[in-house]
Amino acid sequence: MSLVEQAVIIRNEEIVPGYLELELRAPGIARQALPGQFINIRVGSTLDPLLRRPFSVYDNDKNAGDITILYKVVGRGTGMMAELDMGETLDVLGPLGRPFSLPENLQRVVLVGGGVGMAPLVYLARVSCERGAAVTALVGARTASELLGLNHLRGMGVKVMVTTDDGSQGIQGQVTDGLEPLLTESDYDFIYCCGPEPMMARVADMAHRYGLKGEVALEENMACGIGACLGCAHRVKQGQDYSYVQICHEGPVFSMSEVVFDV
Amino acid sequence: MSERNQVQAEVNMEVNLGGIALANPVTVASGTFGYGREYEAYVDLARLGAIIVKGTTLEPRAGNPTPRIIETPAGMLNAVGLQNPGVDVFIQEHLPYLREKQATVIVNIAGNTVEEYARLTAILDKQDGIAGLEVNISCPNVEKGGLQFGTDPNTAAGVVAAVRQNTSLPVIVKLSPNVTDVVAIARAVVEAGADALSLINTLLGMAIDIETRRPVLANIFGGLSGPAIKPVALRMVYQVAREVEVPIMGVGGIVNWQDALEFILAGATAVSIGTGNFINPGISEQIIDDLENYLVEQGIRDIRQLIGAAWL
Repeated sequence: MSLVEQAVIIRNEEIVPGYLELELRAPGIARQALPGQFINIRVGSTLDPLLRRPFSVYDNDKNAGDITILYKVVGRGTGMMAELDMGETLDVLGPLGRPFSLPENLQRVVLVGGGVGMAPLVYLARVSCERGAAVTALVGARTASELLGLNHLRGMGVKVMVTTDDGSQGIQGQVTDGLEPLLTESDYDFIYCCGPEPMMARVADMAHRYGLKGEVALEENMACGIGACLGCAHRVKQGQDYSYVQICHEGPVFSMSEVVFDV
Repeated sequence: MSERNQVQAEVNMEVNLGGIALANPVTVASGTFGYGREYEAYVDLARLGAIIVKGTTLEPRAGNPTPRIIETPAGMLNAVGLQNPGVDVFIQEHLPYLREKQATVIVNIAGNTVEEYARLTAILDKQDGIAGLEVNISCPNVEKGGLQFGTDPNTAAGVVAAVRQNTSLPVIVKLSPNVTDVVAIARAVVEAGADALSLINTLLGMAIDIETRRPVLANIFGGLSGPAIKPVALRMVYQVAREVEVPIMGVGGIVNWQDALEFILAGATAVSIGTGNFINPGISEQIIDDLENYLVEQGIRDIRQLIGAAWL
């Protein structure tokens, strides 16, 4: 059951310009958190900024009780977070949301992450590896300096491939340019994806063409994180039409085939 | 006897909101607390003065496109658009849960037409486990109904009269702040049969993205809530409470017991926590405890002594 915890900052480190890893000691949340779930962080204790900020669980050391998130400095909240020091505390609500499904018999999985969309995929890779699955990760970014999670993934024994929009590292082009050869060459059991919606839409389309099942993790402006405010709605298919689901509560993980992507 | 029960024995927190007996004045506002279930991990639902459930309509509503919410200084804008599964699903799936939890339930109702309000009221009137209705004539985020019913005294009175004719349940009317003279609307709906008033609903506002040079919200406009609106809400409660005979439920930016107390001093019999639930899901129960402690510390035996105590 999710809870509110006063988490102590263990590490708050800029790993590449504009992107930080924040490690929090939050044993009650860490014990329960599963890949794909998120935590909702109150930044500061004043009325501005007012709302919590949601972040995917990037990594989780259940034994130590430490949760790591990956974040990009985009606004006031994340700007304030970047200034926090070791030993300070944050009010954290979690774990929240529906995790990735991890079928027991997964043999070969492929992860596709674009930019800060790597945030939910590293912990997923760790748990997949622990369960004995062979994991391939396709990591995309605009440019080499914005590639995220590579060292974590390589440390777990994940086969890592890279694409960049500008060709500064790996294959030049979009993640789908790197994905198609992978799907042609090998049989995968499952594909997981997180990134900008147009990218997820292309990946979902390609997965469908290759008959591969998969899941995506979605993002939207969020307030409560527990399904009450109905702010973080996203469209899913309903027959020929669509309906809205709440990303925080019914997601953030959804089957690729059910989402109506905003492209 | 637990420590809490001892405190309760010393002071009275019970209030009566137009025929609805509340164990304490702290309720949770419609649209911020789902159907209670969402908060069961954080709050003892039976302890709340009342739960005002998500705005309910006759038919299911899909709600508005996204983005639906955006944070603003000490507040937030929302344009959810009354997304809800409709009254039948509420009665079948959510009301039994709330009854089982022994929550005091107030159902917020909304419609496109006066006829829809009447039919919705008649359906809910037959259900067990509903303590009262809150008539939403002030939602700023839907094309039809909502706000248009709440900005003209005659139209507002028409909706309230239709609800009144179809139920013996206590009827609370939630007023819009997006009017020139809130007292005129308040008087009109009381005359039409309102047992209590809740004020305020959200203030109509907007935000613009300077990168895209477009409105942030897909609906362009949204309702502003949170601490940013508290002074406006407090002023309206103060104004209206002195002019009408029925009790008032104060809503708008309450995030702690001091805020709640301000509304009571302004003339509110009960208060409702809205956006505060999003920041701290356990805030409502915390405010009950803190108000009780305040009464004990101040040697005030009955919270009702404080209602309107700030009037000059």
